[in-house]
Amino acid sequence: MFASRGAGPVIAGLAAVAAFAILLETAISVGLIGGFVVAPPTAIAAALPKFFAEEAVGRAFLLTFGSTFAAAALAALIGIPVGYALYRCQLLGRAYENWIGAMFSAPLILLYPMFLVVFGRTPAVCIAMGFLVGIIPVILKTREGLLAARPVLIDVARSFGASEREILRKVLLPAARPPIFTGLRLCLIYAMINVVGIEFLANLGGLGFLVGEMFDRYDIPAMYAALICLILTSALFYTLTGRAERWLGAR
Amino acid sequence: MAGRALNPAGVPALRIATLVGLWAAWEAAARTGLFYEGVVPSSLLVLQSMARHVVDPVFYSHAWRSIYEIGLGFALGTGIGMVGGIALGAHAFSNKAAAPYIHGLASTPKIVFLPILMLLFGAGPGSKIGMGAFSAFFPMVIAIAAGMGEINPVHVRVARSFNASTWQIVRKVYLPSLVEPAITGMRLGLGVAIIGVLLAEIKFSDRGLGHLAIQHYNFFRVADMYAVLLLTFSLAVLANGLMSRVGTALVRRKAPA
Repeated sequence: MFASRGAGPVIAGLAAVAAFAILLETAISVGLIGGFVVAPPTAIAAALPKFFAEEAVGRAFLLTFGSTFAAAALAALIGIPVGYALYRCQLLGRAYENWIGAMFSAPLILLYPMFLVVFGRTPAVCIAMGFLVGIIPVILKTREGLLAARPVLIDVARSFGASEREILRKVLLPAARPPIFTGLRLCLIYAMINVVGIEFLANLGGLGFLVGEMFDRYDIPAMYAALICLILTSALFYTLTGRAERWLGAR
Repeated sequence: MAGRALNPAGVPALRIATLVGLWAAWEAAARTGLFYEGVVPSSLLVLQSMARHVVDPVFYSHAWRSIYEIGLGFALGTGIGMVGGIALGAHAFSNKAAAPYIHGLASTPKIVFLPILMLLFGAGPGSKIGMGAFSAFFPMVIAIAAGMGEINPVHVRVARSFNASTWQIVRKVYLPSLVEPAITGMRLGLGVAIIGVLLAEIKFSDRGLGHLAIQHYNFFRVADMYAVLLLTFSLAVLANGLMSRVGTALVRRKAPA
């Protein structure tokens, strides 16, 4: 699979990153860029083992992803039935779909001080925020998927005397499964982004907090080390959820 | 279900009922003391505070700072994203090589890059503009690079066979086909630029709407905090709505051609 795509672009990408690192290292060592603004790549690499040894990265990782999955699970548990209700009852769908769509582009994360006031400085703030942002794609994609189910299939099932429950289980849900998984994936990604963002903004522990903490200590190489870990984690999460979506949606 | 006639008055009636219901629930929560004192202030207090803010010149100095930072950051980010997207999209190889890095960075929460931006541009408006630009860059570069893939290669080849210069190809072939991806990039970019700038103001700044909201929070002026959040929220929704209008108008103008 990888061979057919060709390894050329991958190697070129890695080479470009390596070249950038060498350029950066040189620019800092000759004084073109201040070392206190951008840490030299060698210093970041050197800071990595100490960062992992001293900062309980594993626990931060668990906290961030625990909050993310808790938020996403809540969003799925409530969002899928809400999406179904919006599909079943046309009035609800017409009245609320635009509102929910508008919430998608609204800066909901700005409401996090509100949750700080209600929940105090606990991870519940991250979960609540992740839930609020994550439930939107779940609702919209569930409704979209159900609406896309071919009416003829529903009519056939009904003509065979299937009950509403059977239609839901045997016709609607299988038809809507791929879009529902798309919604769940978006939900996970948005939840994770918001959880990390709030961890950073409100110092609530987790991976986001570590970046801010290293900056507050003015340990610049360690801050870059934390950032690189976070970027790699996000990229991996993006890829893995993409694979899971395709795999679960196609089965 | 589908097919059953829908009472046309039902939708607005339900919407109004929902708003009234939400407001009543809020008031009930405020009065019953279900939450700690002051956590859920009466809507009356929030409305009063909103009115106070709207006539207060200090509020506008914060608002203008935010608008300035968002506007400049948005323009820089989408501009650079456009150029970057065209450059990447024009070469399939470089596009493939860069895609994993761009998508990886795009799915990382941007706000954690604030420390770097503060080291680079200082604690003032510079780092907020940088945050807005950094946020707005990704939706644009992704939309444009994808849009470049949709351009009919025959058009490019025809232009080339007529000896068109690179600049002419960009202007006459690429740009006209990129209107729709650019609008998508701008819509998404504006949303994330607003978020980026306001969050950066919340984290560390001396002015701006984000700063004002978090100051109220720090001094536990909860009604004032809600008022500023609601006003900020309305401004953001207004800006997003305007952007959508502009986008639709541009697409419509392009359509007959």
